[in-house]
Amino acid sequence: MDLSLSDEQKQLQESAERFAREKYTFDNRRKIVATERGWLPENWAQFAELGWLGMAFSEEDGGYGGGPIETMIVMEQFGKGLVLEPFLPTVVLGGGMIARAGSADQKAALLAPMIEGKKQFAFAWLERQSRYNLADVSLKATKEGNGWSLSGHKGVVYNAASADEIIVLARTAGSAREPKGLTLFVVDAKAKGLSRRDYPTQDALRASELTFDKVSVGADAVLGKVDDAFPTVEEAVDRAIVALCAEATGCMDAINAATLEYIKTRKQFGVAIGKFQVLQHRMVDCFTNAQEARSMTLMASLKIDDKDPTVRAKAASGAKVQIGKSGKFCGQSAVQMHGGMGVTDEMAVSHYFKRLTMIDLMFGNQQHHLTRYSNLAMAA
Amino acid sequence: MDLAFTPDEQKFADEVRAFVRANLAADVREKVKNGKHLIRDDYMRWQQALGKKGWLVYTWPKKHGGPGFTPAQRYIFENICAEEYAPGIIPFGTKMVGPVIYTFGNEAQKEKYLPAIRESTVWWCQGYSEPGSGSDLASLRTKAEKDGDHYVVNGSKTWNTMGHWADWIFCLVRTDSKSKPQEGISFLLIDMKTPGITVKPIIMADGGHEVNEVFFDNVRVPVENLVGKENEGWTCAKFLLANERLGIAAVPQSKRGVEALKDIARVEQDNGRPLIENQSFAEKIADLEIQVTALEFTELRVLSQMAQGGQPGAEVSGLKIRGSEIQQRITELTMEAVGEYSAPYLPGLLWQGTNEAPVGPEYAHLAAPRYFNTRKTTIYGGSNEIQKGIISKMVLGL
Ligand SMILES: Cc1cc2nc3c(=O)[nH]c(=O)nc-3n(C[C@H](O)[C@H](O)[C@H](O)COP(=O)(O)OP(=O)(O)OC[C@H]3O[C@@H](n4cnc5c(N)ncnc54)[C@H](O)[C@@H]3O)c2cc1C
Ligand SMILES: Cc1cc2nc3c(=O)[nH]c(=O)nc-3n(C[C@H](O)[C@H](O)[C@H](O)COP(=O)(O)OP(=O)(O)OC[C@H]3O[C@@H](n4cnc5c(N)ncnc54)[C@H](O)[C@@H]3O)c2cc1C
Repeated sequence: MDLSLSDEQKQLQESAERFAREKYTFDNRRKIVATERGWLPENWAQFAELGWLGMAFSEEDGGYGGGPIETMIVMEQFGKGLVLEPFLPTVVLGGGMIARAGSADQKAALLAPMIEGKKQFAFAWLERQSRYNLADVSLKATKEGNGWSLSGHKGVVYNAASADEIIVLARTAGSAREPKGLTLFVVDAKAKGLSRRDYPTQDALRASELTFDKVSVGADAVLGKVDDAFPTVEEAVDRAIVALCAEATGCMDAINAATLEYIKTRKQFGVAIGKFQVLQHRMVDCFTNAQEARSMTLMASLKIDDKDPTVRAKAASGAKVQIGKSGKFCGQSAVQMHGGMGVTDEMAVSHYFKRLTMIDLMFGNQQHHLTRYSNLAMAA
Repeated sequence: MDLAFTPDEQKFADEVRAFVRANLAADVREKVKNGKHLIRDDYMRWQQALGKKGWLVYTWPKKHGGPGFTPAQRYIFENICAEEYAPGIIPFGTKMVGPVIYTFGNEAQKEKYLPAIRESTVWWCQGYSEPGSGSDLASLRTKAEKDGDHYVVNGSKTWNTMGHWADWIFCLVRTDSKSKPQEGISFLLIDMKTPGITVKPIIMADGGHEVNEVFFDNVRVPVENLVGKENEGWTCAKFLLANERLGIAAVPQSKRGVEALKDIARVEQDNGRPLIENQSFAEKIADLEIQVTALEFTELRVLSQMAQGGQPGAEVSGLKIRGSEIQQRITELTMEAVGEYSAPYLPGLLWQGTNEAPVGPEYAHLAAPRYFNTRKTTIYGGSNEIQKGIISKMVLGL
C-alpha cells in the first residue's frame, strides 16, 4: 500500500494549483461569471494543451492513461478556485459514458475531439419528478424508421448551452422508474425540435431546461445498448460524485483557510476573535471535517474502479454523505464566524458556501446517499 | 392554568381574523404567501391599516397609545396575522425606537415621534453597528460633537437594514471619548434627509439589497434630538436590544414556515410517491415541529412572566438563539425538499418581480436564496455566540 502521489501526479497537482491561483482570483472569477458563456474558451484550450481533458482515459481511447486519482487532483484545485469551466459535464460524465459504452466510431467522432478541446457535452437525465432516482425517467424515445424520435422534458442540464452534443437518458421500454428499458442517445445540441431555456445557477454555473419535441436521431445516436443504459449511467454518476467530492474538498480547504485568516485578523473587544474559545473549537471542527472529507474522497477515488459495482457504489455514496455533512458544517461555520461579512456577496466565503450547498444537492444529497449506502451495506 | 382560550379571547381572535381579511391587500397577501420580496409600499399599506385600528404598536401599553393587549391577546394577534399571510411588522419604529422614546424621551419627543410610529407614516432604521464595532458595540466611534444647539456627526454605520427606505435613523454616537466606552455613548435621532448623509447598498449572498452602509459627513443634528441624557445612551441601547431579541424568535412565522414546508413535501415526488411519505424526511419535519413547539411554549412562559410586571430578562437570549436556529432549519429542509430544482437562479423573478416564468414550481427558485439569506439570523441582533455569553454570565453566573 502506498497513498502518496507519484512525481507526475505531483506535477499535475502543481499545475492545476497554479491555474486556479492565477486564473481564478476572486475578481477574475467575477469577470468570467459575467461573460456570455460563463466560462473562458482560452482556459478550455489550456486544459487541452495541458492534457487534462484526456488524462483519465486509456491510451486506446486516445487518452493519457491516468484515472480517478488524476481527476481527483484536478477537481480539488478546481474547487479551490471555484473554477467554472464545464469539466464535470464534458469530461467526467460525457467522456466517461462514451469511453465506457461508445462504439469505435463514436469514440473517434466524439471522444477524440473532446480530448483535443473541440467538443463539449452535457448530460440530460433529471426530470421534474426524478429527485435523485436515476431511473425515474419518462422522456420517451420511440422507433422511427431506422432511427428514433425523442419527446419529453429534461431539467437542470448543466452546460447544455455550450455543449455540442447532449447525452440524453430516455425511456425506450418498461414502466416508470424501471432501471431496465433506458437508453442513452447522443443528440446534436442544434437538433430540430430541441428547445432550451438557459439560466445561471445559484453557484454561478449555467444550466438549462430542455424540451424535446419529436427530435429525430439516427440509429447511430444510441450510446451503448438499447434498453440497457442504466449500469452505464449509474457508474458514470458514481464517478461524477467522486469528482464532485474532490471539488468539495478543495472548496472546504479554501473556505477554512479564509475563515482562519479572518478570525486571526478581525478584532472585537480588543482582541482577534480567534482568541474566543467557541470560535477556536468551531474552527478545529471545520478542519477535522475537511480532513474526513479528504479521506473519504481518497478512499472513493481508489475504489471507484473496483469491478464489483457494490464496492464502487458504497464508496461513492459513503463519500457523498461525508461531503454533504462536512461541506455544510464548514460552509455554515465559515459564514457564522465572518459575522455580517459572511452573508455578503463581497466575500469569497459566501461563494464557496453556495457551491458546497449545491454540490450536496447534485446527484443525491446526504440523506439520499445515506439511504443508498445503508441499503447496500446491510444487504451484504 | 388553562391552555384553552376564554370566550372573550375567542371573540378577540375572530375579530382579528375578520380585520386582517378585510384590510390586508390581496396582492400583498399573495406575495407573502408565495414568499416573494415585498417593497416599501407593501409594508406601509399594511402597517397603516393596522395603525388606523390602533394595533400596529400592539406591544405598547395603553398610556402611550398602544392597545394594551394581554399576553394571550398578543399571542392571538401575532399568530393570526401570520396565518393570514400578513407581512411581518417592521420593528425599527414599533419595537425599537418607539419604546425607547416613551421610556427615556421627553414630552416634546413623545409628541413629535410617537404618533408617526403608531400610524406608520415614518420609516425608521437602526444605526448601531459600525465596520469596526459589531459584537463589541460599545467600541463604536461615530462621533457627535456639540456646536451651539447642534451636534455635528461624523463617521459611518453599517448593516443598516432597509436604510434605503428610511426617513429617520436612530443612532448610537460617541459624545465622550475619554471615559469608559459604555459611558460616552448617546442616543440620537437623525432625519435621513439631513445634508451629509450618504447611503450605500451592500449586496447579500443571495444577490439582494436589504442592508446598507450609511456615511455621516458633518451632519448637523439639533440637540433636541438627543433621547435621554448625553452619555447615557447605553442604557437606551441595552433596553432596546432586549426588546429586539424578543421579537426575533419569530415563532408564528416559523409555524407558518413548517406548514409551507409540509405543503411542498406533499407536492414534491420521491420515487413516485409524495416526499412527505418518505419516513426519513417526515421525521425531519416532525423534529422541526417539536422544536417550534418547545420554543412557542418557552415564549409563552416569558410573556406570562412579563404580564406579572417586569421587563424581559437575560433569558430572552435563549429565545433568540433557538428561534434563529429554527428559522435556518426551515430553510434548510425546504431546500432539501426542492432538491436539484433549487439550482436555477432567477434574479429577475426574485428581485424585480418580473414576469419571467419560474423553472419548475413557483416555490423552487426561492429555496436556495432563502437558505443563504437566513444565515443572517444567527448573526444579527447580537450573534448567537454573544447571546450564549450573556446567558452564561447573567443567568448561570459563569
Ligand atoms: C479513565 C481516565 C484515565 C486517566 N488516565 C490517566 C493517566 O493514565 N495518567 C494521567 O496523568 N492522567 C490520567 N487521567 C486524568 C486525565 O488526564 C484528566 O482527567 C484530564 O486531564 C482532565 O482533568 P480533570 O479531570 O482534572 O478535569 P478538569 O481539568 O477539572 O476539567 C473539567 C472540565 O473542564 C474542561 N476544561 C478544563 N480546562 C478547560 C479549558 N481551558 N478550556 C475549556 N474547557 C476546559 C474539561 O474539558 C472538562 O470537561 C485519566 C482520567 C480518566 C477519566
Ligand atoms: C442582515 C443583517 C442585518 C443587520 N441589520 C442591522 C441594522 O439594521 N442595524 C444595525 O445596527 N446592525 C445591523 N446588523 C449588524 C449585526 O448586529 C452585526 O452583524 C452583529 O452584531 C455581528 O457583528 P459583526 O458582523 O461585526 O461580526 P463580529 O462581531 O466581527 O463577529 C464575527 C464572529 O465572531 C464572533 N464573536 C465576536 N465576539 C465574540 C465573543 N466575545 N465571543 C465569542 N464569539 C464572538 C461572532 O459571534 C461571529 O461569529 C445586521 C446584520 C446583518 C447580517
